[in-house]
Amino acid sequence: MSRPELVAPPEIYYGDTEATKYTNNTRIQQIQADMTYRALELLNMPPDEPALLLDIGCGSGLSGEILSEEGYEWVGLDVAPSMLEVALEREVEGDLFLQDIGQGLGFRPGSFDGAISISVIQWLLNAETSHPTSSPPHRLTRFFTTLHSALRNPSRAVLQFYPTSDDQIQLITSIAQKAGFGGGIVVDYPNSKKARKVFLCLFVGGGGGGQQQVPKGLEGDEVDGSRAKFEGRRERAAKSNKKRKEVKGKEWILRKKELYRQRGKESVPRDSKFTGRKRKPVF
Amino acid sequence: MVRLITHNLLACHAKGCTQNNFPLQFKDVSIELKEQEVNSEFVKNFLPRLEWKALVNTARQLGDTSLPEELPDMVDDDFLKALHHVLFEIHVEEGAMVCPNCGHSYPISNGIPNMLLSEHEIG
Ligand SMILES: C[S@@+](CC[C@H](N)C(=O)[O-])C[C@H]1O[C@@H](n2cnc3c(N)ncnc32)[C@H](O)[C@@H]1O
Ligand SMILES: [Zn+2]
Repeated sequence: MSRPELVAPPEIYYGDTEATKYTNNTRIQQIQADMTYRALELLNMPPDEPALLLDIGCGSGLSGEILSEEGYEWVGLDVAPSMLEVALEREVEGDLFLQDIGQGLGFRPGSFDGAISISVIQWLLNAETSHPTSSPPHRLTRFFTTLHSALRNPSRAVLQFYPTSDDQIQLITSIAQKAGFGGGIVVDYPNSKKARKVFLCLFVGGGGGGQQQVPKGLEGDEVDGSRAKFEGRRERAAKSNKKRKEVKGKEWILRKKELYRQRGKESVPRDSKFTGRKRKPVF
Repeated sequence: MVRLITHNLLACHAKGCTQNNFPLQFKDVSIELKEQEVNSEFVKNFLPRLEWKALVNTARQLGDTSLPEELPDMVDDDFLKALHHVLFEIHVEEGAMVCPNCGHSYPISNGIPNMLLSEHEIG
């Protein structure tokens, strides 16, 4: 099977059918969730502080939903209208923008406390876009320069992506550096064909969190590590979000809880405890 | 939804548009009010990042006059509540945002602004 980014431009590839298929696939949900937790771990945000994050290529909100669960406010950007539509149907909590990140971002300097991007920037490596006059290096430069300025100093951006060669990693890293970022590449499970994951871990200023070195990749066999570390924060966030969730629709609450359960969080309160204001069903 | 917290961060990103490109002006908007739990800590934390004048003026244009012209020295609960409402609970669902400098209009549909530029506007 060939990589999606080789098939068609993103807004075409992720049309109505694919957007729904992608979002409802439990295997994909699982993988995207795992990578989002790992990205959050690498982001190294100060614990229990409120923050505004940017989700670059947010798609239908699989990554963003986890940011909400963790108590973050977020803004999501995506170029595929069908993916954003699914995000709307799922009533995600972030603000959504239809935006081609290769055209650059338009946020005031220092707007965000951090940024994540899950399975997106390999699309920028491809000339096969709807904007044939812009070369990949040009689009990457636009993207990284404007991202750098949109982030606070110090802060981090963690971008998981699927490179097809070391040259691609090299190209992306060098453009990010020219745009002013420090940091570098983190490879998890480098020796596993299946579990290997590449994260571009970028620092603005010192990168925050008192630690200026590029974090180490995970070794050995895949374990469910990142997720467990976030249980604490999520529980605290859930507590402070409780009131807010009570005014949500009942279906929404049930679906969220189902999500939590699927992800192995057993201590979700029984359904009867929550009552929601009447609202249209999600699915 | 476009919440005013996000609008306050947004500038025009069309080619060569680097001055007087903020704040984008709402045009022909329809808004919805949606309740959200007050997070005073977030609001306090975010205060220094806001462009106050722009926020006050934008809120007024949308019919909310609860914010003082000048950022008060002392932030009390009432102020934080009003600010929370303006930042998080006013959702612009339809309309457009127009750049005060180059005039580019970013349409908003279903609460999602279309930030795409045409070929000649890309920097
Ligand atoms: C595999 S999906 C990941 C979505 C989401 N981050 C998640 O974890 O489920 C890749 C997304 O990147 C988006 N994308 C690709 N190229 C983009 C671009 N140039 N600008 C913005 N989004 C882009 C696609 O539309 C798609 O929604
Ligand atoms: Zn402009």
